[in-house]
This record gives sequence, C-alpha cells and structure tokens, in this order.
Amino acid sequence: MADASGLPSDLLPPAFQAWFARRGWSARAHQLEMVEKARQGRDALLIAPTGGGKTLAGFLPSLIELSQRPPANTPRGLHTIYISPLKALAVDVERNLGAPILEMGLPIVAESRTGDTGLSRRQRQRVKPPDILLTTPEQLALLCAWEGARGFFEDLSCVILDEIHTLHASKRGDLLALDLARLQALAPRMRRVGLSATVDDPEIIKTWMASHRGADSISSPPRSERERVGRGRLGDVGGDPARRGGASPHPPAGEAVGAALSLPSPSPASPGGEEAHGPRSIDLVRGPPGAEPIVDVLLSEGRVPWSGHTAQHAMAEVYEVIRRSRIALVFVNTRFQAEFAFQELWRLNEDALPIALHHGSLAAEQRRKVEAAMARGELRAVVCTSTLDLGIDWGDVDLVIQLASPKGASRMVQRIGRANHRLDEPSRALFVPANRFEMLECQAAREAIAENRLDGDPPRAGALDVLAQHVMGCAVSEPFDMIELYEEVRSAGPYRDLSWEDFEQVVDFVSTGGYALKTYDRFRRIVRLPDGRWKVRDLNVAQRHRLNVGAIVSPAMLSVRIASRRGQGGRKVGEVEEGMLEMLDPGDTFVFAGQVWELVGVTNLDVLVRPANHRDPKMPSWGGSKFALSTYLARRVRQLMFDEAHWTVLPDDVREWLEVQKERSLIVGEDEMLLETFPRGKRNFMVVYPFEGRLAHTTLAMLLTKRLERRGIGPLGFVCNDYAMAIWALNPMDRVDFDELFAEDMLGDDLEDWLHESFMMKRAFKGCAIIAGLIEKRFPGEQQKTGRQITFSTDLIYDVLRRHEPDHLLLRCARADAATGLIDVTRLSDMLARIKGRIRHAPLDHLSPFSVPILLEIGKERSPGQAGEMILAEAEADLIAEAVQ
Amino acid sequence: MNELSVRIPVPPPRGEVAAHRYAFAAAACGGLATAVRGVDVVMRASGALWIAGERALVVADLHLEKGSSYAARGQMLPPYDTRETLRRLAAEVAALAPKVVVLLGDTFHDRRAEGRLAADDAERLRALAVGRTLVWVVGNHDADGPQALPGETADDLALAGLILRHEPRAGVQPGELAGHLHPAAKVRAPRGTIRRRCFVTDGERAILPAFGAYAGGLNVRDPAFAGMFVRPPLAGALGPTNVRAIGWRRLAED
Repeated sequence: MADASGLPSDLLPPAFQAWFARRGWSARAHQLEMVEKARQGRDALLIAPTGGGKTLAGFLPSLIELSQRPPANTPRGLHTIYISPLKALAVDVERNLGAPILEMGLPIVAESRTGDTGLSRRQRQRVKPPDILLTTPEQLALLCAWEGARGFFEDLSCVILDEIHTLHASKRGDLLALDLARLQALAPRMRRVGLSATVDDPEIIKTWMASHRGADSISSPPRSERERVGRGRLGDVGGDPARRGGASPHPPAGEAVGAALSLPSPSPASPGGEEAHGPRSIDLVRGPPGAEPIVDVLLSEGRVPWSGHTAQHAMAEVYEVIRRSRIALVFVNTRFQAEFAFQELWRLNEDALPIALHHGSLAAEQRRKVEAAMARGELRAVVCTSTLDLGIDWGDVDLVIQLASPKGASRMVQRIGRANHRLDEPSRALFVPANRFEMLECQAAREAIAENRLDGDPPRAGALDVLAQHVMGCAVSEPFDMIELYEEVRSAGPYRDLSWEDFEQVVDFVSTGGYALKTYDRFRRIVRLPDGRWKVRDLNVAQRHRLNVGAIVSPAMLSVRIASRRGQGGRKVGEVEEGMLEMLDPGDTFVFAGQVWELVGVTNLDVLVRPANHRDPKMPSWGGSKFALSTYLARRVRQLMFDEAHWTVLPDDVREWLEVQKERSLIVGEDEMLLETFPRGKRNFMVVYPFEGRLAHTTLAMLLTKRLERRGIGPLGFVCNDYAMAIWALNPMDRVDFDELFAEDMLGDDLEDWLHESFMMKRAFKGCAIIAGLIEKRFPGEQQKTGRQITFSTDLIYDVLRRHEPDHLLLRCARADAATGLIDVTRLSDMLARIKGRIRHAPLDHLSPFSVPILLEIGKERSPGQAGEMILAEAEADLIAEAVQ
Repeated sequence: MNELSVRIPVPPPRGEVAAHRYAFAAAACGGLATAVRGVDVVMRASGALWIAGERALVVADLHLEKGSSYAARGQMLPPYDTRETLRRLAAEVAALAPKVVVLLGDTFHDRRAEGRLAADDAERLRALAVGRTLVWVVGNHDADGPQALPGETADDLALAGLILRHEPRAGVQPGELAGHLHPAAKVRAPRGTIRRRCFVTDGERAILPAFGAYAGGLNVRDPAFAGMFVRPPLAGALGPTNVRAIGWRRLAED
C-alpha cells in the first residue's frame, strides 16, 4: 500500500487490508486520507461524488479505532454518532455497515435510532449505548435535551454528518450546528467529519461545520456584562431601560468575523477555560471526480411548445425512453406534475411496465412499498418529486429523466447522481423542457453541469427561533450558565456573529416570552438557581419541550381517506396540504396517488373520497413550480440569450423565436433588463423579464402595482412565472419613468406595509412560533374536546403582538423568514441593484414573441393575497342574487 | 342605509307559519342592520351588537387574561390580549355612547383571571362603568362574576323584549341573545377559503361572535348549533370595516 499519495502505508490494520483484498478492492486514496486525518485528530470534510465509497470513508477511522480498543470491564459510552438528513438513509447505512463489521468479525455494535425506532430499543440505547449510533438531526436534538446527555455523550470521539450540502443552509442546519456545539462541549475530544456531494464553494460548508470557539474572544461579554448578568438582569422586572436603548458594549457583529488570530481570552473566568481549544479549521479531502455525466435534451419532433409546465407534448417519447432503459427515475418539480406525468405514462403503458409514483403527499406506508419494490429491482420507472433527491442507493438506476425545468445545476447534479452509483461509468440524464424558456434553462443547466459549475446555497445566519428551541433543550438537559452557553452557541458556524443582546433576548424569550410588558415573571419556564445557573422549571415544561423538538414545520396536512358507506373515514390513501383542498368542492374529481377520486366531503382532519370513473378529472391547479430558478442558472440563461453566436445549440423553433424577438422587440445584454409595453385589447401591458423566480416576481408585481396606482395608471392585474412578470392597466405605461418606478426604495415602506398584512407573514410567524415553542404542536395528555374543535389561530396572536410589540423577537424572526423564503426580498433587492440604470424599454404596438408564454398564463393564476374580502363580497352577492330571483 | 337593503323570502319552517321574514341592510357604520324578534339591532364589525332603541352595547366572550392563563401553564402567549380587547371595546363605547354595556358572559377566561389583571387594564374596566350601567352576565368560565370591579351581575337580563344570557338554550328560543359558542363562518371559493368570526341569526334569536382578542371560533356548521334555528340562519361575517351577510348555502364546514 505504498502509494503516490504520500500517506503512511500502515494506515490500514491487517484485518482491514485483508477485508479489502477479499472483496477485490483496494482502499481509495481519499479513504486512506480520512484515516490519516483521524490519526492526526483533525476535523475533515470529504467531498466526493456519489459512488465514491464516501460513507465507508467516513466510518473507516471509527471502525479501525473501535477494532483496536483494549477490552474493558465497564460498559463503554457512545464512540461515533452519524447524522443523516433522512431516516431511510440512516437505516440503510446501518445495513451497509453491517457487512464490514460482520465479515471482519469486529466487536462493534452499530444501531440506528429514528422516529420509527421502537420504544424498548430506544430505552435500551440510552442505558447501554451502541458503539456507533446512526440517527437524524431531530433525534440528536432530543438526545441533547435529555437529562442524561452529558453522561451519554462524554466518551464520544467522532460525529459524522452525511449529505451535509443538503442540510447546512436551512433551519435544520442551524439546529444541527447548535447540537454539534453542544456535543463538543460535552465531549471536547470529539472530531467532526462531514460528507458532501460536490459543491461549488466548500468554504461555506467548512465554516458551517467548524468549531469557532475562541475565534474572537474580544467579543465575549466584557467583565461589566458578566457582573450585570451575575446580578441577574433577567431577574429584574422591567430590565434596565438604558440597556434596552441599545448601548451595546460590543463591537458591532461582523467586525470580528474571520479574525484569523486567536486571541487569548482576557478573563481568567473564561468559560471552558480548562478545555481551552482555539478555533479549529476543517481539512478538506477530495474524492476522485466521477465520470462526467451524459446529459441530453429531449426535443419532441424537434419542437418546443410556447408555454405549459407538464411536458405533455413529449410524453410518448418519454415512455419510449423508459421502455428502452433498465430503471429510470422520472423527476418532476411538483406533486401535481408527478400525478399528471404518472397518469399520462400509464395511459401510454401498453406494455404494462411497472411504473410507480412517489411524492411527499402519499402515505408513508405506500412510499415505503415503492422504495422496497425499487430496491428489489421490480420497477422499471418511478415518477417522483424531491422526495427521492436523496436516499438509499439503488444500483440499477441507469437513467434520470427531468421533466420540465431543472431550476438549478446543483439540484440536477444531485438528481443525476441517483443514476448509476458507480464511479467509473457516466450517469445518464435526459432533460425534457416543457416550454421555450425552459429549453433555454435546460441548455444553460447542461452547460453548467459539463463545466462542473454549481450553484450552492448561500451561507445563512442562524435563526433565533431555532436558537430559542436549543436554549430550552439545554435547560431541560442540565442547568446552564448564560455566559458559557453564549460562548458555546457562538462556536457554531451559523451563530458565530450572534450578538450578546440577541442571545439575551432569546434566553428572556425562553424564560418568560420576552415581552416588554413584564407580567409573566412568576410563570418562568426556566428559573435561576442560587449559583446563577438556569434550569427548566419543572418536569411538565421539560416533557412538553421534548414533544415539540424539531425544526421542520410543515403546512397543515389533512389525511385523504376512502369514505365508507356511512360517510366515515376508512383506509388512508395519503395526505394533502390544506391549501390544495380549497380549490375543490364536494363532487369534484381529482387525481391523487395515481387514481381519480371524487371528493365526498371534509371532516375535521380527514378528506373523504371515493374512487371515480371519470377519465377527465377536474385537475387541481397546484401552482407552477415549487423551486425558484437558482440565481446562478438565471444568469446563465441571460448570458445564453444575449450571446447570439450561442443560439446555434438551440432547436430551430426556439432559435427562430429568439430571432423574431430580436427583430420585433429587443434582445438585451446580460446585465440589462428588458421591459416591453404594448396595448392588447382594451388593456395596456407591461412585461419584464428578470429571470429571478416566481416568488421574487410576485413580490415585485405587488409593489409595482401599488406604485402604478399612485401614479394613476390604474393597474388591473398581474401574472408571474419563473422568468417574467406582466402587469396590465387601464392606461398606457409608455411614458412612465421606469428607472424611478423600479427604484430600490420600493423595498422600504411599501414593502413593510404590504408585508405586514400579507398571509405570507402570518404563515412565517406561525412557523417561527412553533419552532421557538411559543405555541405547541403537541400537548401531553391533551385530548380533543368531544366533537368541538375551536380553532385558535396564530393569526390572532400575530395581530395582537404586531400592534403591541412590533419589535418582538418572533416578529423579527418571521420578517427574516418571509424576506428570504416566502417572498424572496433578498433576491429582489439584488435584482433591483443589478438593473439600476439598465432597463431597456421597448415600446411596441403589438405583443412580442417573448411575452406570449407569460400572457398564456393569465387566468390560470390565483392570488391568495387580498382575496379574503373579495370572497366574502361575492358570497354576499350570491345571497342578494338569491333574493332578487 | 345604502344600496344593500334586501328582503330575503325564506320558506316558512315546516309546520309553522313564518312570523318574520328576515331582513338585513348595510348600516352606515359598516355594520349590518337586522331585527331579532322584531327588535332592530346592528351587528357591528367589531363583533359587538348595538340595540339602538335601548342604547345598549352587547359584547360576548371577552375571555380576558386568556394569555396569562396559558402563560401559567408554560405557554407564553403575548400578554397584550386584555388591553387589546378593552381597547376595541373602549373604541365602540366612544363611537356609540351607550347607556348600557352588557358583557355577555365568559368576560374572564377563568375564575382567577381577575386577580391577574394588570393595574392599568383593571382601570380600563372600571372606566366602562362610569356614567353608564355595566352589566356582567355570567358564564361558565366566570360564574362568580367580578370580585372587585364595578357593575351589576346577572344570570340573564331582559332588555327591549329580548332575553340576554351567556349560553344559548337548546331548541327554539325566540328573542334570545347569547354568546358562548364563538360562531365562525367559513366560505370556500375557487380562489381560496376564508374563515371569520360571525354573528348568526334566523331573525328569532341571535348568537354573538366572541369579542376577545384570543378567542377562537367554532364553525356554525358544527352540530353544537343544530336545532337552534327555525330556518336556515344567516351569518354576519366580520371584516376589517364591515359585516357581510352570508347565506347558509355558502357556509362551508371546516
């Protein structure tokens, strides 16, 4: 095993070398490098494509260490904990680890622990932990909030984080980073190991997973702060008004960021002083690049339709491709598209190929069945959504089909990686664009993938609602010292810039709700001990916290059940989001779980259905696409459009479309934005093409509509898709000063006014309130009062809080969430800066070729925003109509 | 009164001759004018009922200190519900200058709620009784009535030929005004679903929406409302500035 990598040849013990040899393998360089890093006690991030033996590389050091342990008389603690974003993956890895352990006869116990793990096994695991525990971020949070956490984790020497690229830029990632910091505090020797698919910027992930403890101790609370805390600021009713004024003793957050120098802590009372470990950098280990994927674009008879999202036109050819493949995964972007494609494929399925369906609304049991059939190699194709982006290894998949827009290069690489988990053979993928803009997008994505240029998630600052949940978890586990916990939290990547003020507010929130009106002091959920530390008030509060741990908040889900003859709920078919139901009335038919159903009615939490014979169901219009076009891919699409020489790669009709656009209107530069105005019928249209995704466009349209109203233009409506936005109005818009109309100041008061009334803000608030523990998903022992379901909506809390304490922590959280996720203000703001002074106006007499797809979408939209009053007004009109009949 | 003033012909209830057809009209204030057992009332957008003939303002189910009741159990809801509810009530009093204010039961969320009142909120409550009659009709949550606050306490109250009580009695009760059930109307339309607190009346009796900031709502299609009305009732759904009349057929179940 002497090799070019310069690694010592004795990295693998003889038993392991023999095991590799028996299998006809030799350890790969990156696997050995991971063993080497472990020997040196280094934290490491391994970046390798699928099929590169990544998981084994992560576990190899632990297996070696465990195999070399001397025998012990006393029971030993946990050695390695493995965290996967998916339950199924944790279970699968448990199975895969079994092989080397069994074949080498290693004295190692590896067990999974997920929400599905039985109670007795979970209890046993606590008393007698396995050597290796395979679990999810949510289960880890639960273990950390257990009174026995310290003893359970103190022997831990390694944590392995799998598929880290899917986790880091989310609230789940925030929670996991905090729990990592906790584990490190309990087990200072612990090494961190990250496993990730190829990413564009590994630094972002390294920063996320590193321990930043001691990185910039200058911003730890100064002595005066400690004394104030020592006196118990949280114990003071009303607090100190001067401090609320915001005279912060700290340098502004951010100044100290990235300080490479580790200054010694100025205070001898420094938390964790005995364990002083400076900031730890993460070593990067790269696996070999996989074979380049082969990506084709399917052109149905050489043509691409004007509009649409379903790719119905190409379905016969898609079926043909499936027929010629071994096993195909057919990815779509929404559940509606999944149902639709599944129906279409079965309509064409003359060979009765076993084609299955998999998406998040189907009952878990049904999804497991599909996965099991897949693992047994019994299926030829699965139509699926992002539910199968990640998951267990199916060696036989040889083709990935992407129906409709890919939306992002990284997402596509992830999906394409699901085909052919062998490193030396290329994965095969086929893109099927559903319309002309999507054709451009497919081409851009294909080129990005070929150049290995990916669009990663930007780093995020840790959310304060998640921090609140974590602080409660810490208090439930054992008493904490505020300053020590602050240092610990700041050692987590996403929270490294957390200010003392924000932390203090979060602790205050956890204790009493953090209200300016201090009337809840006697109800504190965490209380101060004589030694100044904080602990949970009682067992009841602790138990309730444990019931509500987790950072995934899903919209209200209703169970779809087959109605019995007496109109009661029978077998469960799946779950749907409450919103989907709003478009259906009893008697309407819809497609779900691959069948046509008739809606019988809705009871409390059940949607009752019966099978329908219709061949043409009334389709639920489940929105367009769930994912916004990535910023990176959007830029590539703009580049492609601007670069005429590049058009030759496009199919004829798309190229002609671009050429006619150039002749009749304009093709603008990469950094410019095209704006067209034209009359059509009795209306005047304005169409822009920012390519920033539906969410950002919708926000833009809302704000522009307000501005146009003030200018007396009389806007009547708007429509948005991922590429463009159209507004129509009574009056012509040719003479509007567009630079002024699109000025960045629209993100000021106009946005605030609109946002606060919008349902998106209320939805964001609900999510934050659940995560932070203000309201609870589950109460222990509380039962539904018989038959009476009084709905106590978080909207009521939102309205009251907004009026009486608009700067409350949770409103800040909700605003931040709405701005990044639900309305994409960040992206809109970047765009407004980009196009400033670069709007190219084309006043036209007639609609342009580019505007056709977006105009075709008019009337298919529904705008949930201000519909409430309209709906009531219409219902009232009904009553009046009834009266005058 | 404006353009919206209609009489709805309704089929007489089975076995009876309809004594009234119910009528409604948009009132100038945004409320909805109607009659209960022949007595003119206005359903206000705030959720209060105005009996103009008696200059009486009726509000039901304030559930004061619901927030602190949850906080005592460890759920720290914002402690501003009482002042928010009283602020809205004070605005109605200022707008209408009533002679009588009737609190139609469950004014406090629980029996110890009065003791948890913040001093300034208690002051706001006392101010309600100054220069007018304040009546506390007691309900299931606050059966003892107020301990230290001014006003008269009553199990029920006769006013203008109507009978005001907290919990509606089963069966047909002509002339009854009650609360307790927290009625809410749900309307489905292709563009979305909306659920609002509402009045509900068949012209014979009326049930008021809950007035409290944190009070939830019970769908009027719930069996709890069954058998109370002689004909399909009308819901007066509360909007930000007005009350919308919604017919029974448009009311959806949850």
